[in-house]
Parts: sequence; structure tokens; C-alpha cells
Amino acid sequence: MRKLLLALAAPVLALGFALLVTTVILLLSGHPPLEVYRQMWDYGTQPDSIVLTINLSTTYYIAAVAVAVGFKMNLFNIGVDGQYRLAALFAAFVGGHVELPPVLHVGLIIVVAMVVGAMWAGVAAVLKNRRGVSEVISTIMLNYVATGIIAFLLAPDRFAELIEGSNNIGTKPIGPSGQVPGFDVVSGASSQIYGTIVLAVAVGVGFWWMLNRTRFGFDLRASGLSPTAATASGIDAKRMVLFVMLISGALAGLIGIPQLLGAAYTYNLDFPAGLGFTGIAIALLGRNSPIGIIFGSLLWAFLDVSRQILDLSGVSKEIVTIMQGVAVLSVVIAYELVRRYRITAQQRDVGRQLAAEAELAEAAA
Amino acid sequence: MSEPRSGTKLGLPTPGDVLSPLALQKRTFKLTGGRLAMLVCALIAVLSLVRIVTGAGELDSAGTIAAAIGFAIPIGMAGLGGLWSERSGVVNIGLEGMMILGTWGAGWAGVTYGPWWGLVAGTLFGALGGLLHAVATVTFGVDQIVSGVAINLLGLGVTQYLSTLVWPGQPTQSPSIPAIPTFTLPWISDTAKSIAQQGWFFVSDVASIVRAITFQVPYTTVIAIALLPITFFILWRTAFGLRLRSCGEAPYAAESLGVNVYLHKYVAVFVSGGLAGFGGAVLATVLSGIYREGQTQGQGFIGLAAMIFGNWRVGGLSAGSLLFGYTQAMQLRSGEAVHALLLVIVIGMVALAAWQLYRRRMVPGIVSLVVAGVVFFWYANTDSVPDQVSYVTPYVATLLVLSLASQRLRMPAADGKPYIKGQDH
Repeated sequence: MRKLLLALAAPVLALGFALLVTTVILLLSGHPPLEVYRQMWDYGTQPDSIVLTINLSTTYYIAAVAVAVGFKMNLFNIGVDGQYRLAALFAAFVGGHVELPPVLHVGLIIVVAMVVGAMWAGVAAVLKNRRGVSEVISTIMLNYVATGIIAFLLAPDRFAELIEGSNNIGTKPIGPSGQVPGFDVVSGASSQIYGTIVLAVAVGVGFWWMLNRTRFGFDLRASGLSPTAATASGIDAKRMVLFVMLISGALAGLIGIPQLLGAAYTYNLDFPAGLGFTGIAIALLGRNSPIGIIFGSLLWAFLDVSRQILDLSGVSKEIVTIMQGVAVLSVVIAYELVRRYRITAQQRDVGRQLAAEAELAEAAA
Repeated sequence: MSEPRSGTKLGLPTPGDVLSPLALQKRTFKLTGGRLAMLVCALIAVLSLVRIVTGAGELDSAGTIAAAIGFAIPIGMAGLGGLWSERSGVVNIGLEGMMILGTWGAGWAGVTYGPWWGLVAGTLFGALGGLLHAVATVTFGVDQIVSGVAINLLGLGVTQYLSTLVWPGQPTQSPSIPAIPTFTLPWISDTAKSIAQQGWFFVSDVASIVRAITFQVPYTTVIAIALLPITFFILWRTAFGLRLRSCGEAPYAAESLGVNVYLHKYVAVFVSGGLAGFGGAVLATVLSGIYREGQTQGQGFIGLAAMIFGNWRVGGLSAGSLLFGYTQAMQLRSGEAVHALLLVIVIGMVALAAWQLYRRRMVPGIVSLVVAGVVFFWYANTDSVPDQVSYVTPYVATLLVLSLASQRLRMPAADGKPYIKGQDH
């Protein structure tokens, strides 16, 4: 019971604190907080908003898992952002230029995305293993290099063409055989849930299974908890770095897929950016756990969707960004505090037990 | 005590034997003042030569150099912020967020109270971001990368929200900020200009540099440049600096000597945020004359890169900032000048190859020669270089330095490791 309470304490404390900060800021800027929250709730629970939230959280979930795979062994892949954008560009380009039967077409696009993402992440893994370069720094740099490469390739005479009726440019649209139809699940909604939600479910189940049911997952968790113990038990640290980075990059490659195959069908200048950083935040919020991340991504997506109403009522919707930022920071602080509390509680328990045993021994003597 | 100083009982060589003093002397290249001056002169000579051969006057015109210095200032200040923080053992990925806070502070106070107050406010805003980082990482022992990422997120959110409160009509940018005064050395700058226009070998190029640093230089540039030696003095020549650096190298040893590790880390990270904020404030006030959302464009990360490029040292990060500032300045120049830069790289690589071959390091020497050949081929067969090449230069340069010179780079030994008082095992 105490274990469960402690596990829940951190997220509850952190979200409560984030809500408190937001409330104070709203009060200071002269908006009634309860009214703002009610508006957000009302808007966020409309059928169309629910569909949007679920679609958005599909993307967020994949992004967070891509990050969490690395975080589980203290490998910081800050480069998920560059990896998914580069992967989405190549996948969109290949997808737009081939004609294949439906399932094969989708499969090819997904494989291209995963391979490109994995290769870009692999650069950081090789630099770390062979030259000892910290993956934090190299992936940050690689993000910007990816931005440069995309800007170079997304030009009219290279990967892109002018989109008619606008001054936007994008890759050649993916044909119907490469598009994934959506589901009508939410009644009363005018939009559909992405068919690629299946992909997110597969990613989640796969992640859970790998972590808890395979040797590789055990090695990964061991490397994260104690690198020295892991090495002592025969785990090859360099091999783990390479594989985990490749997996993280391949998953990062999938981040753009729901948007690409379910709505946009092309990579253009408006393609969503910054999802890699959202993924980092959600992975932290969800404690890198396949189940925790579900709640994290749904919450994040709900906030992102429901904040759209705020502009109409004169409250700036950026208040939600502050709330998200505070939540992330306070979640990690809360977990650290709970961890420290656990250690002292354990020490106290052990001390009490030892004292009791000593007393018994004394009484016997 | 009759044992020989080197060599073990078993007669196996120790590391000291392998790296005999002679070998060590051969390996390390000490950068003395004289050698630095020679290197700078060689660089100017090469630039001058390429300018005359290609006719790309913008390669090192006074305008280009002034722009390069201008761009280098925010990068250098962010890098200096990173230096303070990392020297005390706290990795600061949040520089970007602190810089964003600085740009906003400068925009808000600069418009309301004038540019100098803008700089002060920007610095304070950045320092507040640093304080938050210190609370999370030093007091609560949160992972430093995680805290930095969160601060980048928060910096963006807070400034966006504040903008909607302060400038409700157009929240993505501020009204224009009044300019910072500049100074001009009257006679010297004019003379330098006329010499620079002659197009003479070497002399005109030196004159361009003189012109760039004597004509309409904003006072912020002077302050920023002064902060470099000041930082060096504080960190490397005072007892406080020694203690601060000892927190980054061996916090538990420092603790056992009575150093208040928490306090030193707090001060370092606070100053770090202030410097990054100052860099952001300069970016808004001097370079743009306006606060605009997203105007930092990853300059905080480039600053971090410059610091690593410079091996966690003041001199190195200044050189790195100048190099990265120069590549940014070149993005705004003609394609012809950027194209001519390829020739500079060719000459540099050939010189490096000659040096390596002279040192009998055959493999790296041949690799350098091949690179020179490839770049020359690129130069000879094209008329221009894609814009993106100069955009990615800082990042690629940092990756190259990290991967090729990682043996020579040394970050503080306890950098990034959480410290909890009395928990040394």
C-alpha cells in the first residue's frame, strides 16, 4: 500500500504544483482560473477535440517512447528531433515517387523512415563508441545539421515541388495506395482517428515486451541502473549503446508517420517541428514507462488541443506551455524527493528491525 | 627506495616509459604568445592571398569582420556562461532557454526604460533561469540534462506568455529598442579605411581589421570582450576561482577541505545564466534592435559548442566564437565570398598535411591531403556553395573537433555528476 502511494505521490504532487503555479499566474494577470479551466475542459471534451487529442497523442506517444528507450539506460538521445524530420522527408520523398500495392507501399514508407532515423542516430552512437563523444552534444549538433540538410533538399529542383495555389513547397504527394484510412470511432465527430494509431499501439506493446520479457531489455535496464554492475555481469556497453541508439532512431523515424500517412501525405514547410523535444518532456512525465507515457501523451495532447479555445476568451494560450514546462521540471524533482524519502525510510526500517532483534537477543540472554 | 623510478618489479614498461619525455614533447604543441601571433599572421596572409586570387573582397572586408565580431558576441557570452557552469561541475543545456529569457528582458525593459536597462534586465532574466537550474540540479540533484531541457521549454513558454501580456496587439515581437551608443576612433578608422581600399597584400587586410574594431563599435562589444579576461582572472587567478573549479573536478575532495560546494555551484550557475542572458540581450538590442520570438535560433547551443570547441577554456571559446560568428556573417555575404572560402580551407588542409608529414604522422597527413584535394575539386567545379553549408559549419566543426581531437579535450572531471553533500563512497 505504501509502495503504491509513493509511486503515485510524485506525479500527483508535480501536477498539483504545476496547476498551482498556473493558477497563481492567471490570478496575477487578472483572469479567473476556474473559469479558464472550465472553458478548456468543455472545449477539450467535444467530439472533434477528442479525435484531435487522440491523433496528436499517437504522435506524441511514439516520440516519447523513442526518447524513453535511450533514457532507460541513461543514454540521452536529444537528437530525436532531427532524426524524425530527416526520416519523414526521405520517407515522403520515396513514398511520393513509387507505385506499389497498398500494404507494400505503406510498409516501404515505414521501413525507409525507420532506416533513415536509425542511421542518423547511428552517427551519434559511432561517435560515442569510437571517439568518446558525449551523445548529448553530438545529437544536439546533429539536429542542426539535419535542419541544414532538410533545407538543402527541400528545394524545387531537388526533393520538392511547388504546391499549387500557395508559396509552400513540399515533396510529391503520396498516392492513395500509400495513404492509411482513418476510423470513425468517436460519435458526432467530423474527423477520423488516424489508422496509424495501430502503429503506436504496436510500439507501446513492443517496448513493454522488450523491457520486461527479453534479455536485451534486462541488459538495457541493468545498464541504466548500474553501468559497472552491468559490465561486471558481461554486458557489452558499446554494443548496448549502438543497439539502443539504433532502436531509438528507428522509433524516431516513425514519429512523422501518423501525420504523413494520415493527413499531410507530403513533407512540406509546414510539417510539424519540435516533436522530438515534446517527446523528451513526455518521456520524463511518464517516467520512461510504456504505460506512464500513455497518460503523459494523452495529457499533453489534451492540453495542446484544449488551449486553442483560450485565445477567444482573451487568455493567451501560452499559459499552457508554462504549465507543461513546470510540470516536467516538478515531476523530475518530485521523483528525486520520493527516491530520497524511500532510501531514508528503508534505512529507518532496517534500523528498527536491527534494534528489535538486538532487544530479543538481549532478552534471551 | 632503491627501486628505479620507472619500470615495475616485473620489468614491464609503465605508462611513463612508453611516453618518454621526448615523445611527450613531440606530441604536445604548446600555444605560446609568439606562436599564436604567427598563426594569426599566417591566417591573414592566406585570406589576403585568396582575396587577391579570387577577387572576393568581402572575404575579409571591414564590414565582414565587424559583422563576424557582432555575431560572435552572443555566442561567446553563452559559451562563457557554459564555462562558468561546467567548470563548477554543472552541465548547462539550458543556455538556450536562459538566452531566450535574456532577449525578452532586453526587449521589455529596453523599450520601456532604454537600452542600458534592457541589458540589465536581460542579464537578470537569464540569471533567474540560471537560479532555477541551480535549484533543480544542485539542491534537488535532478539530472542536469533533464533540467536543462525543461528550462529551454520554460524559457520559451514564459516569454511567449509575457509577450501577450505586454504587447497584446502583436505578441511575437516588441517595438524597436533604442540603439546602444557606439564609438569611433576618428583619425585611425578613416586612415584604416583608405588603406583597406587599396587592396594591398596583407597590409590592407590588417587595415580592414583595424577599421572593423575602430568604427562604430557598440559599447556592448567592449563590455563583452572585457568579460573574457575578467572571467579568466576570476576563475584561474583567485582563490574563489580555484574553489569553484575544484567543485567541478573533485567536489568531495573540495568538501573535505572545507569548500562550500553548494554555494560555489549556485554562484557559478547563477552567473552562467546571467552571461547567457546578457548574450541574449545583446542579440536583441544590438544585432536586431528588436525582440522577436525565436530570434535566438539555437545560438545558446552554438555557444555551448564554442565552449567545447575551445576545450573548456576562455581563449579557446573566444576563438571558437569568432569562427562561428564568421560563418554566420558569411551567410549574409555574397556566394562568391563563401565560395572563395573553400580555397582557404584547401590551403589550410595542405598546410596541416605538410605539418603532419613533417612530424612523420603519415596516415593523418595523407587524409588531410585527400580532403584538400576533394575540397579543391569542389571549388574548381562549382561557382557557388549552397547557403546551408555555412549554416551547418559551426555544428559540423564542433563534431569534427570532438571526434578528431577528443584526446586533447578535457572537460572538468566531475562535470554532469550530481553532488550530494557527504555522500562520497
